Amino acid sequence: MNIVVLVKQVPDTWSERTLRPADNTLDRDAADAVINELDEYAIEEGLRLTEAHGGEVTIVSMGPEKAAEAIRKALSMGADKAVHLSDAALRGSDGLVSSAVLANVIGRSPFDLVILGSESTDARMGTLAAMLAERLGVPQMSFASKVDVDGSKITIHRQADYGYDTVEATLPAVVSVVEKINEPRYPSFKGIMAAKKKPVETLTLADIGFDPAQAGLAASPTEVVSFANRPPRQAGTIVADEGDGGTKAAEFLAARKFI
Amino acid sequence: MAEILVLAEHDGETVKKVTTELLTLARAHGEPAVVWTGAGAEGAKARLAEFGAAKVYVADSSDYDDYLVAPKAELLAKLVTEKSPAAVLVAATSEGREIAGRLAVKTGSGVLTDVTGLADGMVAEQSIFGGAITVQSKVRTGTPIIAVRPNAVSPEPASGAASIEAVSADITDAAKTAKVTGRVVAERGERPELTEASIVVSGGRGLGSGEHFALIEQLADSLGAAVGASRAATDAGWYPHQFQVGQTGKTVSPQLYMAIGISGAIQHRAGMQTSKTIMVVNKDPEAPIFELADFGVVGDLFKVVPQLIEEIGKRSEG
Repeated sequence: MNIVVLVKQVPDTWSERTLRPADNTLDRDAADAVINELDEYAIEEGLRLTEAHGGEVTIVSMGPEKAAEAIRKALSMGADKAVHLSDAALRGSDGLVSSAVLANVIGRSPFDLVILGSESTDARMGTLAAMLAERLGVPQMSFASKVDVDGSKITIHRQADYGYDTVEATLPAVVSVVEKINEPRYPSFKGIMAAKKKPVETLTLADIGFDPAQAGLAASPTEVVSFANRPPRQAGTIVADEGDGGTKAAEFLAARKFI
Repeated sequence: MAEILVLAEHDGETVKKVTTELLTLARAHGEPAVVWTGAGAEGAKARLAEFGAAKVYVADSSDYDDYLVAPKAELLAKLVTEKSPAAVLVAATSEGREIAGRLAVKTGSGVLTDVTGLADGMVAEQSIFGGAITVQSKVRTGTPIIAVRPNAVSPEPASGAASIEAVSADITDAAKTAKVTGRVVAERGERPELTEASIVVSGGRGLGSGEHFALIEQLADSLGAAVGASRAATDAGWYPHQFQVGQTGKTVSPQLYMAIGISGAIQHRAGMQTSKTIMVVNKDPEAPIFELADFGVVGDLFKVVPQLIEEIGKRSEG
């Protein structure tokens, strides 16, 4: 199987994330950059599927030069090769534009599956799998907590608020995964060493024949007009339990008319 | 006044609360026209009228439930072409966002997700980076597609005609490729849905085991609340993953959020810090969750929570 796994480098949730006042886009210098957490589950699922059915995992990532770190991590987990799309003209691209560019990169080679995390921890739109399925004209198998492939048939459990749905389709398909699906492996020392020799193809928009005027902030159909830090919450009342903590909590709830 | 399409979320009979929130929001910017997929529109007409729906476009086919996402996006795209609405509103649920995403590709329009308010000129408010920053955003190309976060807007009644108009439910084969073949519904009693509930009670590492979640459920049931869990609790298998609140789970903004035995790592805070009122019970006074608390009890949850449940019981009797 030819499996493409999408990887995005994002600002670390544990660091101070902010926007650039100049153009209201993500300030990539302000925060530490890490691989998007849910992408590790996508990589793991890709590796498990190729271990069971043969084939190879190709990482595709769009992002600045620094995103090479996230790609290297994916390769050290065991992916075979990578494509890194990096172009200054991409800066500030919104979700819709990013999906157009990624669909273009993915469509350059035949694939059986495209796997990605169900959302990124920075933008948290949760729309990319749907957009890619629409653009590539293949089934959308999203929010998967379980994936089974049997020949050309794919079955997933789609996680829902009420439990899950079983969904079937024929390959090729786009699959997005949720955390529940597996336990991502840690890169081994051998994996880290091997990753240094794995091929990474670096492409620009010109290389894929995508008009730079159609990418980036200016070409994006959405824009952030302004932003402000959320005002800090007012300090609340904290009491130590002296045998009446539950009663005091109930009094608070009653005062606020919750009971 | 231009129409605003509002995609209804329903279970074939009952309209979900979020749809009444969308109608309330839509009314301020145009004439709300509900888009109803599948059966049940006649039965829901009164409820939709009560929240100001002028029209209800009904595409009655079981295909909308039998295939994932694409058929609904196709229907909306067709209506966008025919009706030239000022905007399309959907609920920012997993499915709603995905419908919005496909519709954006089909119509070449901008899409904004997790919107918490809509000002004049369709300027949308969004809360990003786990609630740390509030942004104002705009769609500048095509028909604005707005996915609104459940519970962000208070539904307010206003009468409308809700006149039903059947529209074509023809769906192309291209939109019928991901077939839903089964549904497994997990037991959750009569509790409200996590993202729609006005009160959420969540448990974390401090509970120590899955069995102890019974205490959280008991507290939730005494308040008619939904149950949530921190990632530590879902990762440990103490509570099902779909109830996880946080950066990699659900974002909730209920009227009241109760964090029980949750330390409040940023992973968790990102999913709940826009809640209106926050109550905390934790034995560690240094736990970062106390920074968000409107009311906090430092103490043993196994003593505090049973007492709280008892007090709630007493007061509801009285």
